[in-house]
Amino acid sequence: MKFGQWLQNHPHFLEQTYGLTHRVFTMLDPLIAKLGYERVDHWLRGPEEFAKRIVFDCRMCGQCILHSTGMTCSMSCPKNLRNGPCGGVRANGYCEVFPDKPCVWVQAYNRSLEMPLYGDEILVIEPPVNRSLEGSSAWINMLTGQDKVTPKAWESIEIIPLAEK
Amino acid sequence: MNSEFKSDGRLERVLRSGRFAVTAELNPPDSADPEEVYQAALVLSEVCDGINATDGSGAHCHMSSVAICALLTRAGYAPIFQVSCRDRNRIAIQGDVLGAAAMGVSNVLCLTGDDVTAGDQPQAKRVFDFDSIQLLRTIKIMRDKGMFLSGRKLTTPPRLFLGAASNPFVPPYDWRPYRLAKKIEAGADFIQSQYCFDVPRFRQFMQKVRDLGLHEQAFFLVGVGPLRSEKAAEFMRTKVPGVHIPDNIVERLRKTPKEKKVEEGKRICVEIIQQVREIEGVSGVHVMAYRQEELVAEIISEAGLLPRPRIGGLSAQDSKVRPRRGNRVNGV
Ligand code: SF4
Repeated sequence: MKFGQWLQNHPHFLEQTYGLTHRVFTMLDPLIAKLGYERVDHWLRGPEEFAKRIVFDCRMCGQCILHSTGMTCSMSCPKNLRNGPCGGVRANGYCEVFPDKPCVWVQAYNRSLEMPLYGDEILVIEPPVNRSLEGSSAWINMLTGQDKVTPKAWESIEIIPLAEK
Repeated sequence: MNSEFKSDGRLERVLRSGRFAVTAELNPPDSADPEEVYQAALVLSEVCDGINATDGSGAHCHMSSVAICALLTRAGYAPIFQVSCRDRNRIAIQGDVLGAAAMGVSNVLCLTGDDVTAGDQPQAKRVFDFDSIQLLRTIKIMRDKGMFLSGRKLTTPPRLFLGAASNPFVPPYDWRPYRLAKKIEAGADFIQSQYCFDVPRFRQFMQKVRDLGLHEQAFFLVGVGPLRSEKAAEFMRTKVPGVHIPDNIVERLRKTPKEKKVEEGKRICVEIIQQVREIEGVSGVHVMAYRQEELVAEIISEAGLLPRPRIGGLSAQDSKVRPRRGNRVNGV
């Protein structure tokens, strides 16, 4: 966990890594398509989970939004909140549920401030989680677009409009 | 929809007419007897514009919010149906919302919910299928688009005034106004805050809220309540999630002689109401008096908020003449 924590405290490095990986996967997309998304998904699950668990305590929701949440996994919040902290955060910034763990969202917010590339995305309104993607590779779901499919009536809001920003 | 009113309820009317609103929390009974609900509502109904029916607050089981709301509407009261994300998934919640609207409920307050570990059944499974923002947006979609989240059509959409909670008193402080912005964008028409005992911090928060222009987009009701003693204050700030009570308030109660503590707690509450009322962007107060319901009427009266406006009837005609949202008249 130590190495992971050290990495997480370098959110700018992590967001750059995210950006790079994103590009690599997009480049490899034709190849992956040829091999079959489902097959690659099966190969990738294990390694992806392994790496992301060490660094982010990832829960394999299959629709990764790390870059929008300060490179901090919001699914590791015991309430699975994707849009910001609950009202139970303790005065010292620790979690309502686990008094000995910092609130995931306090960390996410602090880190987002050090992320020039994606930091502002913390203002995006995240749609409900598609629970049926749990356990699958978020990278493959990104390529197939599955991770962006929202319930039919859902109205997406990108960055919220604010009078002052 | 031909009127700009989103609900047929009294709370929305009071707020949109620019009056200072008062809501109060009903402590739900551990009982199957409706009479206990009516008893609890009786002391509140005359002094407020909406009665909040809590949904397993503090993760303790009580009579359900939707049932209390149904009882209250039958008696002609204006309940606020609280929905927490802790216990029900999206299928159950959307069904409950329709049911509540069918029973005449006009207000829904969307909450994340206290964690199961806060209650007396910490072994329970957490649901949290939605977060409060997704919940707000879903109900807004049901109301405005006339559909379930899945896109399936509703023959009659619910008419609801949508509420959200806000807690300016816990970290990350700088983020709290933005979280509020998200809630408003997701669909909140009114906000009820956590207990406010720290007016200076609240002022700072409201400054930012005004800078962001949020006070013109939703009505903000400040949570207030009496403290019985310094012991009760100590309990609340250590055991109840999200409650912040500054030391000076606890000190003030400690210094008060025993027989005057309740009175002093009430006075603090009245003072806070008077202070927050002066803050631009505050549209009302939400009184929560856990196990001290008998004090609610006194507090509201001593704060100079009586009588409550008599806004009855549900005629659409009446709705049309109301000024647009956010148009406040000060000092009414
Ligand atoms: S305190 Fe933070 S991590 Fe804990 S439940 Fe609330 S938002 Fe999640």
